[in-house]
Amino acid sequence: MIIHAENLVKTYVLGGSTVRALDGINLDVQEGEMLAIMGPSGSGKSTLMQIIGCLDRPDSGQYVLAGEDVSRLSKDQLAEIRNRRIGFVFQTFNLLPRMNALENVELPLLYAGMSHAKDRAAEALRTVGLDDRMHHTPNQLSGGQRQRVAVARALITNPAILLGDEPTGNLDSKTGDEIMALFHTLNEKGRTIILVTHEADIARHCRRQVHLRDGRVVDGIKVG
Amino acid sequence: MLFWTTVKASLKSLLASAMRSFLAMLGIIIGVAAVISMLAIGTGAKKSIMDRVTAMGTNLLVVRPGQSGSHGVMSGTMQTLSLADALAIAREAPGVRRIAPCVGGSVQLKYMSQNSRCRVTGTTSTYLPIRDFKVARGRAFTEPETDAYARVALLGPVTVDNLFGVNDPIGQDIKMNGINFTVVGVLKAKGDQGWFNPDDQVLIPYTTAMKQVLGLDYLGEVDVHVREGEDVNKVLDGITALLRKRHRLQPGTPDDFNIRNQADMIETFNQMAQTFSILLGSIASISLLVGGIGIMNIMLVTVTERTREIGIRKAIGAKERSILLQFLIESMIISGVGGLIGVGLGVGAAVAIPYFTTQFVTLVEVQGILLALSFSAVVGIFFGFYPALRAARLDPVEALRYE
Repeated sequence: MIIHAENLVKTYVLGGSTVRALDGINLDVQEGEMLAIMGPSGSGKSTLMQIIGCLDRPDSGQYVLAGEDVSRLSKDQLAEIRNRRIGFVFQTFNLLPRMNALENVELPLLYAGMSHAKDRAAEALRTVGLDDRMHHTPNQLSGGQRQRVAVARALITNPAILLGDEPTGNLDSKTGDEIMALFHTLNEKGRTIILVTHEADIARHCRRQVHLRDGRVVDGIKVG
Repeated sequence: MLFWTTVKASLKSLLASAMRSFLAMLGIIIGVAAVISMLAIGTGAKKSIMDRVTAMGTNLLVVRPGQSGSHGVMSGTMQTLSLADALAIAREAPGVRRIAPCVGGSVQLKYMSQNSRCRVTGTTSTYLPIRDFKVARGRAFTEPETDAYARVALLGPVTVDNLFGVNDPIGQDIKMNGINFTVVGVLKAKGDQGWFNPDDQVLIPYTTAMKQVLGLDYLGEVDVHVREGEDVNKVLDGITALLRKRHRLQPGTPDDFNIRNQADMIETFNQMAQTFSILLGSIASISLLVGGIGIMNIMLVTVTERTREIGIRKAIGAKERSILLQFLIESMIISGVGGLIGVGLGVGAAVAIPYFTTQFVTLVEVQGILLALSFSAVVGIFFGFYPALRAARLDPVEALRYE
């Protein structure tokens, strides 16, 4: 099991009233799964993604990622987990604008203190089909190409899970399909992929869907 | 690896807003340039004072009334030094080559319709060799003239300019506090010494000065020329013993006069120049401090603007330390480059100043440059630290949400 989450609770104080964003979430994800987390806005799916992505900690409950309990780690320890175990793909790509594709992809390796970062970054860009765009900066690339750079950056440290937050939200449907195809290829090679989305079209690509409402899991559907 | 990538990224982001980076740098540039040029003026002043003081010779002792220990500040009202004391020093103290009794005051000079207020020194002709004055035109007054209460005057060149303009002063009559004097000579220019201008004064026989002009029966000082090869301190002790005996001072009571030698004066002027340097330097340092605040301001803006970038970096695994370092490097580049440009400007200014004014002599010392540079580096780290810490402490969730 790559993810084991038990009774996750997260509350926020908004304007004096307490909002229970996560109200006792249980979630298990097997290695090699492709999973969609769905739900309307305010359902807690963003909060769940932040906790699964180790950007934030739950108030209570346990979160075990790749055999390691990460629910009580310090900020710097979480940064290390994000660096080694999690690859993020965001809706708005989130590339650093003044760096070219190669430098963007290389950055997680530099934070990990690894050598031969350039070679490995070039290799990762080749696997997403961008070997001819390595020295372009993000604003010289199309949306689809930018998202491919982001995927390459997410994969560079060989993470346990690939976490997509509305990864096709800013792309036209054709490019979106291409990115989804890329996720499928990666999943077939054994990569665990979790997508957070509100689009049923995208969720249909995933074998398993988890629906959230008011901070709770409503049902878990397994397709075919 | 990460370090150089960070430096490269910092340079890129600084160049991306080049105008803003330059303006942030400007405070440091001006600050460092100010510190270096001010220190150069201070050091230059010290050097020129020292040069002049040492040129006067190290075998001069100056005896003045009043107690010592007040760091060279004299009370001119002490009436303990008499003409008889001066004559006794010349006659009885061992190792004395010659003396010049002096009385001083301020007088009104008048020639035709021209008026000038200046310093008068009543003395003997021995004052000239002791104080290293030369006569440029005419002659000095003589001993018989001194004995005869002659109304003769030697003028400094600046005083001559003030009173006579282009006319020849030799042989002319001037009025000093209403008394007629004949100008017999003009002194050679020595140059302004900062604390007083020896070129703007008039020398007359002390006899005339005491009895007719100033109405004093005591001396302001006695200049003693120590004989070549004598130990100055021994001569000083001899004069002290002589004067204590003449003034009938009991053992244990303090001297009612003080004697200073050139070494003391050099020390005093050294301290004065030091104070001057520190004062100028600290005023200039304030601008460096203001420059640092400018850096802090820009860095805070930068951190806010790049909140999203910080969020991205944290999401892919940057620790607080890495973010802190990144922004510290940026502020240190600003202050470091600014410091180097400031050194260039400051040294340039120090070299240029003497071409524009004869008021200042400048001397750039390596210590001054190092001081200014290290100060600017400290300013960069100190004022860059708070913004960098803010960046490092940002919550990744909040930062990623920032538009």
